[in-house]
Amino acid sequence: MKNTIASSRRKTIGAAALFLAAALPLSACGGSAGAESQQQDLSGTVKVDGSSTVAPLTTAAAEFYAEEEPEVRVTVGTSGTGGGFEKFCNGETDISDASRPIEDDEKSACRKNGVTYGALTVANDALTVVVNKDADWVDCLTTAQLKKIWEPGSTVDNWNQVDAQFPDESLKLFGPGTDSGTFDYFTEEINGEEGASRTDYSPSEDDNVIVQGVAGSPGGMGYFGYTYFEENQDELKALQINSGKGCVAPGAKTAQDGTYTPLSRPLFIYPSKEALGRDEVLDFVQYYVDNNADIAKDARFIPLSSRQAQQLTSDFDQLKP
Amino acid sequence: MSTEREAIAEAPASTSGLAGPRFRPGESAFRWMLFACLAIGIVFLGVLLTYVLVEAWPRLDSRLWTNFPSIRRPERAGAQSAISGTIWVIAFTGLFCLPVGIMAAIYLEEYADPDRWYNRLIELNIQNLAAVPSIIYGILGLGLLARQLGLGTTVLTASLTLSLLVLPVVIIASREAIRAVPQSIRQASLALGATQWQTIRRQVLPAAVPGIATGSILALSRAIGEAAPVILLGAVTYVAFNPEGLDSAYTVLPVQIYGWISQSREEFHHLAAAAIVILLVLLLLMNAAAIWLRNRYSKRW
Repeated sequence: MKNTIASSRRKTIGAAALFLAAALPLSACGGSAGAESQQQDLSGTVKVDGSSTVAPLTTAAAEFYAEEEPEVRVTVGTSGTGGGFEKFCNGETDISDASRPIEDDEKSACRKNGVTYGALTVANDALTVVVNKDADWVDCLTTAQLKKIWEPGSTVDNWNQVDAQFPDESLKLFGPGTDSGTFDYFTEEINGEEGASRTDYSPSEDDNVIVQGVAGSPGGMGYFGYTYFEENQDELKALQINSGKGCVAPGAKTAQDGTYTPLSRPLFIYPSKEALGRDEVLDFVQYYVDNNADIAKDARFIPLSSRQAQQLTSDFDQLKP
Repeated sequence: MSTEREAIAEAPASTSGLAGPRFRPGESAFRWMLFACLAIGIVFLGVLLTYVLVEAWPRLDSRLWTNFPSIRRPERAGAQSAISGTIWVIAFTGLFCLPVGIMAAIYLEEYADPDRWYNRLIELNIQNLAAVPSIIYGILGLGLLARQLGLGTTVLTASLTLSLLVLPVVIIASREAIRAVPQSIRQASLALGATQWQTIRRQVLPAAVPGIATGSILALSRAIGEAAPVILLGAVTYVAFNPEGLDSAYTVLPVQIYGWISQSREEFHHLAAAAIVILLVLLLLMNAAAIWLRNRYSKRW
């Protein structure tokens, strides 16, 4: 009796040990890949969190940077701009991604915890409202007209309901799905509340479907990121937007100088000065700043203008310890 | 219906219930209703599994566990950091919560006097804790462990928080298992001169192992699927390395899946489905281990 119990206990412990041992081989094979870099060997972890719009940009930066410094581990979270600043001002992250400037209550939280920081503009984000190439009746819409079309509960289904001078042409709407940052941004700026939108449009997570849909229906309308329009400008027509100061066409230039409102905005990263005291954080941000044009292009944002790029370099120089 | 009533009226009431096979619509309707209830669960599970497998199929290959996540190149993205992060976190969760939970259960079953008010209070609270939503544990972990104690958002914090989360379940399951050991075994052991500790160690615990192991593994299976608490505790969507220690940054499968599903590009949805399959396989392995342990060590008196 005693014997069998003792042996059965040993087997139980063996099973538990086996389970723990399963964790080890997986962890062993990750770190060593590509460690033979000739440069100075930096290591450590850089924690980034914040806006889910900026996350693809920072993740692209992190992926490029991993080819240079494989031992530096960059983590990128998507808590949103506000959630990111909360952690950042608590000293839990090194860099905060933001799609708007830091607000006053966030500033005072940072001050309270002794976190000092600087804002760096790293790219421009712009949305484009597109219509069919043959829609010769419309070149420009006001933000009020866009809201009338896209607001929740809107029943506008013909162009002549948008403006009496427009022809009797049924309006077919295409847009991104609700998961996309583009949807959040558009609804916030046009409808005044993030996520508030009419729901009877054809949503697609694939921008290509929006392009095809608008190109295929004479009264079609849709919206997506500007860089995607750039790649498809032969098939579609981009509308100018009038937010009260006249019609402005979307473009790299109008996004960079901030005149294409409200559908363009600068994107920021906020590194903390304390974290920049660590070599790996300083080196990562340096890399981000030096290669911002390539990173922005890869993540499909509008790169900085040469003036913005100069500003970025000088802002970063001031921030360096 | 009317024929049945006539039959009952004719025969004496006592024999009608014992009479041979007769058509009873109520009986079979009840049986079919029970079967339908079971079928609802099974059918939904089947649909869910089929959907996930179909979605995952294009991406269900070795890239998933050999590569790290990538936003730039979804076709090369994988979930190795999430898989290893999950194994790390769950292994340490087991390491922390099993000894504590089992010992707490031993105290409550073998030593505690159930008539004392403080023991009853503890019992009541354990029952209540098992019903607290997991996000509350996440907030506790963030506020107390990560911030107050300064552990940061690391593998250690996540394991400790998940340990707290499943501790009540482990305690309750272990108590059930210990209670199922017949009282006569304890009395015989004590009568032969064994001390209380010897009785527990040599008789009660070995007999309760299958129940304790099954309950504990099911509790850990719950922890493995948790996204809500760890999302507060620093498990982020882009972590391109495996954990190296308790103080390492990490991510886990549910968070990685959540991150990919919220991506707008189609490729990531397949990737998310493939990661769900991996998570299901991990869960099935753990549940299979629970069943195996139960069959291997179960004892009948």
